[in-house]
Amino acid sequence: MTINLMLLTAMIIAALWTVMGRSLLKASIGLALTSAIITILMFRLDSPLAAVFELSVCTGLITAVFVSTISLTKPLTFPEIKKLSKDRNKRFRYLPMIIILVGMALAYINLKMDFSAVREALPEGAHETDVRNVLWNTRQLDIFGQIIMILTGTFGVIILFKGTRKR
Amino acid sequence: MNELYWRIFLNFSFFIIMLFIAGFYCILVTRNLIRVMIGLELLIKAVTLFLVVACYVSGQAALGQALIITLIVMEVVMIAVLAGVVLSIYRHNNSLDARRLRELKG
Repeated sequence: MTINLMLLTAMIIAALWTVMGRSLLKASIGLALTSAIITILMFRLDSPLAAVFELSVCTGLITAVFVSTISLTKPLTFPEIKKLSKDRNKRFRYLPMIIILVGMALAYINLKMDFSAVREALPEGAHETDVRNVLWNTRQLDIFGQIIMILTGTFGVIILFKGTRKR
Repeated sequence: MNELYWRIFLNFSFFIIMLFIAGFYCILVTRNLIRVMIGLELLIKAVTLFLVVACYVSGQAALGQALIITLIVMEVVMIAVLAGVVLSIYRHNNSLDARRLRELKG
């Protein structure tokens, strides 16, 4: 559990770095780091297949999409960066305070409140363990949904880029 | 439910709430469209992690993995389309400022 807590703390720090950092490129790298930490947590929580997907798709592919989007836009000039960073610092300075306050409130709730009634009401688990059976037998419709989503996404991207080329 | 699993669920939930707040704050406060996408990603990551933990403590890890795979596919498609929309907006306005979207007609 200690390792999990350390990983969770690292995840929050990485998320804060992602949100509060000035550079967009560093923010996308921070997002990949957050994703990588979530991958480790998934491995530790008996979800290896989802973890592999998270690592390859979220840490790899989505970071590549972000980096290419950033590279296709024009970087700001130095005076613009200076002006914007002042404004950004003003807007983002409350976030660490909010996170710390929420953390303290949640820790207080955890220590003081009694959740035993809720815990007793929740069922014990012993179900299907093979993800292939679930994916191909129980959740067949999800596969069709995924195919439709991928086709929709491809179609959407083609339409968007086609439109910009014409313009 | 087992006491140990319950403890794991609570601990993870607290950090997931904090991750969710970070993503939500990013979307609310920022004016850069790429940062809005990053905030949205953080929100989805919080949901993914919550699904993993909920399925782990309820003994439904296989079902959880199937759902997470679906979620990841949807996430990728959404980000790809959003990136296309953001680039189109950038080419149209020459800026990534979300406030410029108010100038759109229609």
